[in-house]
Amino acid sequence: MLLHLGTRKGYLALRRRGRGDWRCERTAFIGDPVSQLLPDPRDGRLYAALNLGHFGVKLRVSEDGGASFTELPAPAYAKREASVEEAPSVDLLWCLEPAGPDPGSLWCGTIPGGLFRSDDGGRSWALNDALWNQPSRERWFGGGYPHPGIHSVLVAPDGNRVVAGISCGGVWISEDAGESWRVRTEGMFAEYMPPEMREDPAIQDPHRLAWCEGDRRRIWCQHHNGFFRSDDGGETWTSLDVPPSSFGFAVAAHPGDPQVAWSVPLVKDECRVPVDRRMVVARTRDGGASWEPVGRGLPEGDSFAVVYRHGLDVHPGESVLAMATTTGALWISEDLGDSWDLVTAELAPVYCARFDRS
Amino acid sequence: MPSVHFTPNLRRHLRVESTEVEGHTVSDALSRVFRDNPGLRSYVLDDQGRLRTHVVIYVDGRAVRDRTALGDAVGEGAEIHVMQALSGG
Repeated sequence: MLLHLGTRKGYLALRRRGRGDWRCERTAFIGDPVSQLLPDPRDGRLYAALNLGHFGVKLRVSEDGGASFTELPAPAYAKREASVEEAPSVDLLWCLEPAGPDPGSLWCGTIPGGLFRSDDGGRSWALNDALWNQPSRERWFGGGYPHPGIHSVLVAPDGNRVVAGISCGGVWISEDAGESWRVRTEGMFAEYMPPEMREDPAIQDPHRLAWCEGDRRRIWCQHHNGFFRSDDGGETWTSLDVPPSSFGFAVAAHPGDPQVAWSVPLVKDECRVPVDRRMVVARTRDGGASWEPVGRGLPEGDSFAVVYRHGLDVHPGESVLAMATTTGALWISEDLGDSWDLVTAELAPVYCARFDRS
Repeated sequence: MPSVHFTPNLRRHLRVESTEVEGHTVSDALSRVFRDNPGLRSYVLDDQGRLRTHVVIYVDGRAVRDRTALGDAVGEGAEIHVMQALSGG
């Protein structure tokens, strides 16, 4: 079992030797922020998105399991002749996903809100105009960043059904591989907006989307103002009460059981630390009707750990969870979250944790 | 001809060397550099061709004023330095 980590200070790959015993077997980009990774199960390539502080976003690919990387052109907006001072430029490569069964087909979600597609393994990219040209995009805005961003892209195996989450721009669904889109946020609400805009789909702030691979009607959404569940593939949403708090960033869906999901609660938006500074994972096993705080082995106090939206992953077949924090800790659970082993507490802040699925 | 020099920190990522190029503006000079080294462009300029926020260019010891179109004039024999701005550190 292999786990890939993208951190504020580089890329690491850790391999399991035994319970709680994971060894770092590869590093790259030491010193550079790695905002996203895609270990592509279709062809074994490893894509790494960088966010060089001075020199912009970069995209690299490895065809030898991360031993060496070559540079690809990063998604970029076409140059605009008019009002160039306001014209967009990619600030962050925020999510990378396979776009369908064909190796080399990729979606890349970015800040400031562009969804890009490649069909040649990242050698060229095209902005998805159908989403970019939505009239409601003018109401999107940034959450935690100056500009809106696409952080979640769920893609059905045939590539046709796509569900995208935008902070702050709602949940968008395509049935035709991105040719057309509709926004669906019925049931969600935004308490950070004036009352008359509370249910406006275009200003909702889904922090992260995750669906059950075995039943893609079941989608979980950790939202800025709560935790939501969809039973109909994202058409409508039901608010859930998640103790000790419904605020957080990360969410993971069990790959086979649509009744099981995890979140990592924080106090609330203006106080982003664990409740009582006790780190817990909230787990449901009944479709969100009830939640239990789990986390034997996690810090019982004095914790300031936040798990970013891409920092929680579940292995597709092994009931193993990986959770990596802004405080540089990597935790592994091999019993669906009941207990956790600390692998290391010496990492830089972790942006993404992804199991290898090849 | 103007000379263009780059922060050595760029060498962590790609090949870059000091060079002499024709040009009457910063934009002219950099365009000629990027013609020979196209991969360098996105490290210095953003998608719209503007100078990246945390990159700074000095011409004969003075920071360029036009960060959007890079229209600052460069004289014969000018020394152009493309540097990291400490704001990005």
